Amino acid sequence: MADVFYPMQWIADKVTYDLLEIQAGTGLADSLNFIIYDILKIFTLLCVMIFLIAYMRSYITPERSRRILGGKKGPQYNVGASLVGTVTPFCSCSSVPIFIGFIEAGVPLGVTFSFLITSPLVNEAAIAVLWATLGFKATALYVISGVLIGVIGGYAIGFFKLEKYVEGFVYNVHSLPFEEAKMNSRQRLDYAFDEVKSIVGKVWIYVVIGVSIGGLFHGFAPEGILAEYAGKDNLLAVPIAVLIGVPLYSNVMGLIPVVESLIGKGLPIGTSLAFLMSVTAVSLPEMIILKKVLKNELIAVFVGIVTIAVIFTGYMFNIVL
Amino acid sequence: MKIEILGTGCKKCIKTKEVVEKALEETGLEAEVVKVEDYETILSYGVMITPGLVIDGEVKLGGKVPSVNDVKGWLAEK
Repeated sequence: MADVFYPMQWIADKVTYDLLEIQAGTGLADSLNFIIYDILKIFTLLCVMIFLIAYMRSYITPERSRRILGGKKGPQYNVGASLVGTVTPFCSCSSVPIFIGFIEAGVPLGVTFSFLITSPLVNEAAIAVLWATLGFKATALYVISGVLIGVIGGYAIGFFKLEKYVEGFVYNVHSLPFEEAKMNSRQRLDYAFDEVKSIVGKVWIYVVIGVSIGGLFHGFAPEGILAEYAGKDNLLAVPIAVLIGVPLYSNVMGLIPVVESLIGKGLPIGTSLAFLMSVTAVSLPEMIILKKVLKNELIAVFVGIVTIAVIFTGYMFNIVL
Repeated sequence: MKIEILGTGCKKCIKTKEVVEKALEETGLEAEVVKVEDYETILSYGVMITPGLVIDGEVKLGGKVPSVNDVKGWLAEK
């Protein structure tokens, strides 16, 4: 397959070696080349992915989803809810209203959780930045395991019948069915374009900071330094990475390029993906928002299940890849 | 006329309020603009993705920031 990113590498090379005349092979040249190449690639993919997924999203509204998933039990609905979670917006301010909306429409708790787990984990911006930095294969693994973690986690929560740990008022909400006016294709394009502007506008600074840190690490840190301390033989590396990631609230778009440079220095891909997943899947601010609708016991179960699932995923990738 | 902006305080909800105020200013219409932040009320309108916009109890929009022209159109219907 031809490398579609070749022109960006060409630009990065031209700027580094010809325009700025930096000696190839030096730390500075490596850093700069990494930064220019990554920025071009990340922003291109960000715009393309956000646009495509926003366009798809204009068809899959939460209103439609909850009507389809309402009152239905069974693992296939966990899969459906998890898939819906991949295309819905990742802004955590929407998680509580969607949670209540689903429960109110009779979507079982476990199915709702499948949605709730996958929604922040798999989103268009993370997919774009992962693809730009770690390549297609790692991104596909990330997305597939993100969906699976949602399915399994949600199924487990449904299995244990934890409905009593949802705040009582959630069951008393009655909402009017509200159907959004149908959009024509012009409006869908406008919506997708607005999403590109709004999301890129929000994440660009994190990407630039992350790429810069990653670039410096790439150019100046000794080769293989992480393979030595956090390689595959160190079984504690995955859980430690995840335990660091769980409370960490950071913009994952900025972390991904840093992790890319860590992989370059020998951090195994499973450990890296587990770390990124733990940062996105559970965060303190999200738990604080969810506390409005969930009792502490259920939040603990939620965090516990996701943490275990992510650690397991990390080990699995380290073994398979 | 009563305009309710549904949202828990994210950036897009603040933006929606600005758009509504601009539309009111440009049309010279008077309206009571209220921000609704509690989940029960937001959900009772059936809006799951904020921001949402309600004019005189009627949901006009959910899930995105309207344009000034959108709002002017809804105001004109009143």
